Amino acid sequence: MAAEATLAHENSSNPWGGGKSPFGISWGKMMMWFFLVSDAFTFSSLIIAYGSFRHRLTHIWPTANDVFTHFPFVHEHLPLAYVGLMTFILIMSSVTMVLAVDAGHRRDNKSVAVWMGLTIIGGFMFLGSQAWEWYNFISGTPDGALKMPTGEIYRFPENAPSLHAKGIHAPDWALISPEHKVIEDKAEIARIKAVAQPIHGANLTDNEYGHPLFADFFFFITGFHGFHVFSGVVINIIIFFNVLSGVYSRRGHYEQIEKTGLYWHFVDLVWVFVFTFFYLV
Amino acid sequence: MADHKHETPHGYYTGDMHNQFVPEHYDPKNRGVIWRTFWILLIITIGEVAIAFTSLSKELLEVIFITLTVVKAYFIVAFFMHLKHEKMSLVYSILLPFILIVYLIAMCLTEANYLNLWDTMFK
Repeated sequence: MAAEATLAHENSSNPWGGGKSPFGISWGKMMMWFFLVSDAFTFSSLIIAYGSFRHRLTHIWPTANDVFTHFPFVHEHLPLAYVGLMTFILIMSSVTMVLAVDAGHRRDNKSVAVWMGLTIIGGFMFLGSQAWEWYNFISGTPDGALKMPTGEIYRFPENAPSLHAKGIHAPDWALISPEHKVIEDKAEIARIKAVAQPIHGANLTDNEYGHPLFADFFFFITGFHGFHVFSGVVINIIIFFNVLSGVYSRRGHYEQIEKTGLYWHFVDLVWVFVFTFFYLV
Repeated sequence: MADHKHETPHGYYTGDMHNQFVPEHYDPKNRGVIWRTFWILLIITIGEVAIAFTSLSKELLEVIFITLTVVKAYFIVAFFMHLKHEKMSLVYSILLPFILIVYLIAMCLTEANYLNLWDTMFK
């Protein structure tokens, strides 16, 4: 590679004059940023599609606090705790990633390797956690729910802790309507039970928690994000081995760590939005 | 070669077609900034999960969550992805297209209200 810093006709006074990057960064870093913008648009479109259907069907949409209540080794409903932990794990791995970039700026190869290794471990922990969330979502609750021939889902009060939290105490034999109202009229309950089928868990045909679109979007968006996390972990592993074998210390700079870091932070950023729109809002 | 721990590099050549010199000014305070950003993100997340269990109105909760999420996004993009220290032309190239996303949100939410779904729309 030529050692010269400038080409013959570089116009240094005007950043757009040619012969150099107007943004002052390398081609590879610029292209990573542009790719991230395009990927952000893809995720935005998916989340906006989710938001649109949810906005239209908000009166019968499942409550996240009723759906995501599992925590390892805990047998009570513990809403939002596990996904909060997942968010912490991913933010932590973003911190270790940026510390790897920082070590690269100091040309400290050993530290870069250590921080990259920790980032990879964090990535795997997140992937495992997401798989566990899917497992619980697909398995469903022990009692399941009742699905009418026309598709409405009637749930059991023990699977609706959010009502309990609001001070609404439904008897065990009652049902929860799609609009989250308690049905205590025994005649109506009998009518429902006469025609409804019991269903368990959530998949692409049935969703015991409520509207099937909720399950469809959950699988698609968290799956698409999880795929990004997985590809990010794969890339991180490749770069990690490059660091170990001295590719970047020979090259003289660690910009590749920075570019990889941009992708990893993007993955974290998308998760922050997915977490907000699926679990919080 | 000199001991890398005591000598911070002044920059490198990008190795691409322009092979231009990218100056690096290593700031030892950078690690402090990184950890400070971590604590900010952690506290905001814990705050969000805590607020989720209060009995504020749904609309107010929504506004709070979305605002806090945008704040977290700012910290991740500005400090972890380093965008705060890049040239403004790059910052604008990346951020301005998201104005279109705001428009898309408004249009899609409006359109969704007109969808002819049965309100139990399961079939």
